[in-house]
Amino acid sequence: MTTEAVLVIDDFLLRALLGGIGVALVAGPFGAFVVWRRLAYFGDTLAHSALLGVALGFLLHINLTLGVIIVCQLLALLLFFSQRQRQLASDTMLGIFSHGALSLGLVTLAFMPDVRIDLMAYLFGDILAIGNSDLLWIYLGGGGALAGLLWLWQPLLAITIHEDLARVEGVPVTRINGLFLALIALTVAVMMKVVGLLLVTSLLIIPAATARRFARNPEMMALLACLFGCAAVGGGLYGSFQWDTPTGPSIVVAACTFFALSFLVPIKR
Amino acid sequence: MRVALELVRPSSGTLYRRPQLTIGYMPQRLQLDPTFPLSVKRFLCFARKGCDTATLRTALKETGAEHVIDAAMQHLSGGELQRVLLSRALLRQPDLLVLDEPVQGVDVHGQVELYHLISNIRDERNCGVLMVSHDLHLVMAATDRVLCLNRHICCSGTPAVVTSDPEYLKMYGHLALYQHDRNHHHDHGGCSCD
Repeated sequence: MTTEAVLVIDDFLLRALLGGIGVALVAGPFGAFVVWRRLAYFGDTLAHSALLGVALGFLLHINLTLGVIIVCQLLALLLFFSQRQRQLASDTMLGIFSHGALSLGLVTLAFMPDVRIDLMAYLFGDILAIGNSDLLWIYLGGGGALAGLLWLWQPLLAITIHEDLARVEGVPVTRINGLFLALIALTVAVMMKVVGLLLVTSLLIIPAATARRFARNPEMMALLACLFGCAAVGGGLYGSFQWDTPTGPSIVVAACTFFALSFLVPIKR
Repeated sequence: MRVALELVRPSSGTLYRRPQLTIGYMPQRLQLDPTFPLSVKRFLCFARKGCDTATLRTALKETGAEHVIDAAMQHLSGGELQRVLLSRALLRQPDLLVLDEPVQGVDVHGQVELYHLISNIRDERNCGVLMVSHDLHLVMAATDRVLCLNRHICCSGTPAVVTSDPEYLKMYGHLALYQHDRNHHHDHGGCSCD
């Protein structure tokens, strides 16, 4: 192998690592809330709308990540208002939106014969194809989402503990919940590139669930979730190179391995 | 009660609340997800801004739960949890204490203690107490004003008035009730609904 080839490989590996770590850092604190508030299915629903965002991006000739962000935000808004109806249970509602959005995305793309996309890359992620603009999206979009979450941190925790109690004590619950949904939609959209729309939720919940056993307070759980997320990205990338396996799923397998191994660590109570 | 807390809009009638009324609310139950790591200390901190350990300790002492200050919320017993919830309500220095079935999940002995505690708190702090309870004995024994609710207000007034109301008798007449002699210290503020 020539020196140049080695450099090229190093370059895209480095970008993959940077992108993956960026996503893991954002996913940690958000994942903690997803676990505490049982929003896993909710995250899935947002992620499944990504293909529709890609189609929108092609239609409007705008950046595809921006298209995904727009559609995720619209869906979050729709979900926010649909939560107020009491006709259908929320998991039924989410199921309809989730599979509806995914199928609508696939059908819409089929109507656009000029558009050839690598479907697998969207479904399972293509971290090795991360470019500089993707990195920018991850760090600016993800950083923005994280800053927003830090700003809402205390009231969000209060709502997570008991919504009515928070309301009585003066927390603007509806506004905070709405903002939180917008932030999580942004997070899911920027995470898409790394693990793909089918696996996004896993990178939210598995590191956070792994962190639970070792955390004594909410902040510690969020930070540990970041740490386990980064470890999963590192392990997944390494494994993917070592055994030539698909990278997105390898990261998730690494995350699951850490989760399983965490039970071997004794915890004194 | 949810109307009084401004959690739901009244479907009819109007709600008047004194401006700047501070409410200490004790919800019926607290279901924390087991994945949420939260100590009692941290839980109490949400009651108001800038509270130090000494304040929290005092609040817990008042309800007799000082020993759980460093425990995890999920490890509390039913009675301990109710005391911690009550401490959080008290930390707000409330003018009105709103209690929703405050003895739920507590054994009989603990129930008596808790009711005693609530009545002491009212006497010491001179705050109003709005309480929802299905415990007829307690309602009739320790309250000033009873609102008897069954989709509508059946009857209201002092316990003596309520227990002789025909609507009340129709509903609970078959229960032989012990009527408490009210000639002691419960004589200001507070009402209770069933």
